[in-house]
Amino acid sequence: METLMILLAGILVMAATYLLLSKNFIRVIIGTAILSHAVHLLLMVMGGLKAGNVPLLGENAAPYTDALPQALILTAIVISFAVTAFILVLAYRAYKELGTDDLEKLRGVDDE
Amino acid sequence: MNNLVVLPMIIPLLTGIALFFFRSLLWLQRLISIGAMLAASAVSIYILHLIQRDGILRLDFGGWKPPFGILFVADSFAMLLVLAASVITVICLFYAFFSIGKAREKMYVYPFILFLIAGVNGSFLTGDLFNLFVCFEVMLLASYVLISLGGKRVQLRESFKYVAINILSSWLFLVAIAYLYGAVGTLNMAHLSQRIAEVGQGPLLTTISIVFLIVFSLKAGLVLYHWLPGSYRVAPTAIAALFGALLTKVGMYALFRVFTLLFYHQPEITHTLIGIMAGITLIGGSIGAIAYQNVRAIVTYNVIITVGFILIGLAASTTMGYEGAAYYFIHDMVAKALLFLLAGTMIALTGTAAIERMSGLIRNYPLLGWLYFIAILSIVGIPPLSGFIGKMLIGQAAIESHSYLLLALGFLSSLFVLYSLLRIFLNCFWGETIISEENEAPLKRGLLMPSILLAILSVGIGIAPEWLAPYVQDAAHTLANPEEYINAVLED
Repeated sequence: METLMILLAGILVMAATYLLLSKNFIRVIIGTAILSHAVHLLLMVMGGLKAGNVPLLGENAAPYTDALPQALILTAIVISFAVTAFILVLAYRAYKELGTDDLEKLRGVDDE
Repeated sequence: MNNLVVLPMIIPLLTGIALFFFRSLLWLQRLISIGAMLAASAVSIYILHLIQRDGILRLDFGGWKPPFGILFVADSFAMLLVLAASVITVICLFYAFFSIGKAREKMYVYPFILFLIAGVNGSFLTGDLFNLFVCFEVMLLASYVLISLGGKRVQLRESFKYVAINILSSWLFLVAIAYLYGAVGTLNMAHLSQRIAEVGQGPLLTTISIVFLIVFSLKAGLVLYHWLPGSYRVAPTAIAALFGALLTKVGMYALFRVFTLLFYHQPEITHTLIGIMAGITLIGGSIGAIAYQNVRAIVTYNVIITVGFILIGLAASTTMGYEGAAYYFIHDMVAKALLFLLAGTMIALTGTAAIERMSGLIRNYPLLGWLYFIAILSIVGIPPLSGFIGKMLIGQAAIESHSYLLLALGFLSSLFVLYSLLRIFLNCFWGETIISEENEAPLKRGLLMPSILLAILSVGIGIAPEWLAPYVQDAAHTLANPEEYINAVLED
């Protein structure tokens, strides 16, 4: 199962890299979103997939699954949600203002 | 356990949220934001004194004992940087009052400056690697907003690249955290340090450490600084000064923390690599600093040179190197903020950033000229000013560790710094005046006061470094002896 998950993460990173290398705003943003999914999978696998009970500590707790990766993933999802929302708005504003969504045309050093 | 430790982060955060409710009351926003940062500075000074008395302080959130919970750890190194960052923010806020403009003020620029500083202070204080990631994100999200706020064409163009590159580096940070958690099963820094020492830093952990090196290099602008000049140039002056003074420092702080506390067992690989990267950064920054005709661009490349220079101290990894780096951190926050503010004031007065279109400013604005002169001397490291002691100690550390090439590069880069800044001075301040007396734009006192304060700070640190010495020595001592940090965190 772990191997499968890692392969899936790898495929996601591959697709995201392809998208990130394109010139279009939206493709780049979708690329970053897919990247974040890949790393969430990676975090989960690194903590070990379901190996024991639910992580509830009681009087007679059985060996339980590590809950920390879930907490990390949850935090990371919230952050990547906020960042993606922000960059989408930024891209929209930039498109309206600059009249292009082609990163190639955003080059240039000096316009003062 | 000491609840004070969280205040430098929580004060700006909560006041930032509170400010959202006073959108139209600009005077109140100004008053509250500066009051909050003054309070944070005062608390930082008090905590520094406490650390001198009681040793390293920590705060376990929710009473969860380390390594199970998240915690803040305040050692002298972190607190010195928190203090410097808070003071610089006060001064930059002061400059912003007179320069940033009503439109930006109404669009919540002050809350976001406070969020930025909350993220910065949180990154300095945290004792947990994942929490470091979260604090980085708080800081970065605020910086995304600040850099694009105003929505000018050039801002939007550069900010998209800035945001994209930072998303990528944050992603790499998460990947590195995932690998490290998979390898040693903890994220508490002291616990990590202990476990890495137990299992030995094998090839796997060294590889992970290099992923961390790449992440923080992207944030600090070590070698991977291609995103930095463009984005720092487009922000308004007060914001650019904050970025130039603080943001790269956070990345550098993380490098220091990670490579003195966690991955210090294989210095011949990691620290050599840092040394090589510092050298390349010094060369690249120097070339950039003399290549441009634009005041902002020159000043921005000076930020990059500093990154290389401070990391010589880490590459040398001796107590003296850490001490020099700590001095230089503080000096550079002050000096870079000063330089950015002065450059911004020059641009505001003349309406151009091209150095060939300014001339003879010292006749029109003598005080500005002299302040700029002090800034040059301070950054180059002339003795009575703040840059000297850091430069000297880092130089000595480089000799101590026999890295003569780095030593040569470091001090050669100082010459490039001198040349690039003198070029601005000769072109813009000397020469014939081109602004006649009636066309002279009045220099508002509010634009000059922050620079004067920073110059006084720089002179003060230079003349009386012994005032800082006990704290800096303690900081260097803790960096050089990771077991002190570990004991403070893991033992009760």
